[in-house]
Amino acid sequence: MKTMRMMAVAAAAFCAAGAAQAQEPLKIGMITTLSGPGGYLGQDIRDAFQLAIDMHGGKLGGVPVQVIVEDDGLKPGQGKQISEKFMKTDKVKLLTGIVFSNVALAVVPDVLEDGGIYVSPNAGPSNLAGKECHANYYVVSWQNDSLHESAGSNANNLGYKKAFILAPNYPAGKDALEGFKRAFKGEVIGEVFTKLDQNDFAAEIAQIRAAKPDFIFQFHPGGAGIAFLRQYQQAGLLDTVPMVVPSPSMDAVTLKAIGEAAVGVNVSAQWNSDFDNAANKAFVEAWKKKYNDRPITYYASQGYDTALAIGAALKGTGGKVDDAKAFRTAMLKADFASVRGNFKFGNNQHPVQDWYSMKVVKGADGAPIIKTNGKISSNTGDFYAKDCKL
Amino acid sequence: MTLVLEQLLNGVQLGVMLFLLAAGLTLVFGIMGVINLAHGSLYMVGAYAAALAAKLTGSFLLAIPAGLAAAALTGMAVEYLVIRHLYARDHLDQVLATFGLILFFNQSIILLFGRQPLFVQIPPFLSGAIDLGLFPYPIYRLCIIAAGLLSAVALYFLIQRTRLGMLVRAGATHREMVQALGVDIRLLYTIVFGLGALLAGFAGLMAGPLLSVQVGMGEQILIMTFVVVVIGGLGSVAGAFWGALLVGLVDTSLRAFLPQIMRGFMAGSEADALASGISAMGVYLLMALVLLIKPKGLFPGHA
Repeated sequence: MKTMRMMAVAAAAFCAAGAAQAQEPLKIGMITTLSGPGGYLGQDIRDAFQLAIDMHGGKLGGVPVQVIVEDDGLKPGQGKQISEKFMKTDKVKLLTGIVFSNVALAVVPDVLEDGGIYVSPNAGPSNLAGKECHANYYVVSWQNDSLHESAGSNANNLGYKKAFILAPNYPAGKDALEGFKRAFKGEVIGEVFTKLDQNDFAAEIAQIRAAKPDFIFQFHPGGAGIAFLRQYQQAGLLDTVPMVVPSPSMDAVTLKAIGEAAVGVNVSAQWNSDFDNAANKAFVEAWKKKYNDRPITYYASQGYDTALAIGAALKGTGGKVDDAKAFRTAMLKADFASVRGNFKFGNNQHPVQDWYSMKVVKGADGAPIIKTNGKISSNTGDFYAKDCKL
Repeated sequence: MTLVLEQLLNGVQLGVMLFLLAAGLTLVFGIMGVINLAHGSLYMVGAYAAALAAKLTGSFLLAIPAGLAAAALTGMAVEYLVIRHLYARDHLDQVLATFGLILFFNQSIILLFGRQPLFVQIPPFLSGAIDLGLFPYPIYRLCIIAAGLLSAVALYFLIQRTRLGMLVRAGATHREMVQALGVDIRLLYTIVFGLGALLAGFAGLMAGPLLSVQVGMGEQILIMTFVVVVIGGLGSVAGAFWGALLVGLVDTSLRAFLPQIMRGFMAGSEADALASGISAMGVYLLMALVLLIKPKGLFPGHA
């Protein structure tokens, strides 16, 4: 009897200790691409997201958070399985992380239907930006098309007339060519869809040589972009037919792989590591301290901003995600210092932000860097926002 | 016309790369009856070892033996530790085990090298393009074609003209008889597996400076390799050669010419989207067609 009483006391003590313990951390589910040629994209998003949490003492918006990460392997089916596991088994309500639009299109609609909240650090497919926009779906990076509209405008400013354009045959690739053509005022003399998993572009490069354009626009994120650029250079075209690309085709990792040959490539993006604002300086410094040997990509900047955006929303709701409406009110204020400077959400909950023109130049130590030259546009929303009835 | 010639050359180049991979795959299947999904991993090992050696020594010529040795040794180790236990099992077990090997190799490479692709510089004497009279063509790609064709000739002599080749051919058709005559069939299997791995590694190290050296690079090319093996006929090295060239040429030509043809009778962007869809399916359609007409492939290995 005595032992029984002892045990009861012990059990009670345990319960009390449990209650007295700090608040259970809020789980955030991250589905991202960690393997294959696009593996470093997800890795940078994941690590920068975690970096933001670590910089705030394991918290976002004052709330302890725990990120659970799984690799979608760039397979829509796998992404879907992970999201179901996150929501049903791990009881996660807040999800983020997807890099590629084809995975996003398979995962996001179901997450939203099941009452989840999704905040995108990268993919912003057109299908989810217009009529299909959703109150619990936020994009912190960009709507796909606007990324490529910026490249089209950049080409206009550079005075180019005849374009040859290429992108992989998947949702974001189609958005890329659409977006580019919407903004570009010259003539498109050749248009090629490559395969998403393609890494040898000899056939396409021969076509470019035969077509003799003023410049090419190409969108190939991750390893494919590195392969494209190198083969383009080996074919001797980089010197004769210049390139105007959006940042996925020339991120810091691509640049490191291509090296000096990349000097002269025109890039456009919403962020660059040389941005002169306090938030960015703190981010770049923290990244360099932690991942000294890894170049800092714009994917990392988006992962970091996504964490900050979620943090601002959690601060507004006191760490609760159950009330999606309250979360939305707090989220849409975008009350955080984005590393890219100007940032707010448009009516379709995609960014309204500034776009910049950049160029690869030789840095002070001889290694090539991406240098920001000036603004392409300010406070730019996206083409599909007008169709969104939120 | 020059564009057509250039694209044919591109097709041949893709073809010889596929041949180097398909030769090993088809030998291993023909002789040991093993479906080796991890063949692409050996290609990756060759590429990484060569990239590492090139980085450490600064010499591409030293990277070649490093890549070959790493791939062959890894292949033999895999045969000794894993594949050896699968000969008597059915194909499903083999597929499961070798799929496990893919995961193992990919994770190991991530642990050792990280997820960011590696970069191998083309040696200066092979970089740039050479004017072939009608059009300039990258010297490095020409070298790949030459190296691939030479490997094919060497493999032909090895299999048709040497004692080892005789054992390989005999082992493929009359396994028990070879064993009964006192040949150490286990050793033979290890050697054949190593040879296949060597060829895969050779393809990998040549692909390094062309594509990016990255985790999962083997799986991308493995699927095409299987198509080649099926078209050529399981177990037939000659079939692998002609199958690889056929697949290389068909894939490249579809990608290169179909969009223009489709644009002849459709609106621009629709034509491009449709053409890229069809060209992505092209080699698989070819495979289906071959299987329909010659179910054992173009050059069936043995009865």
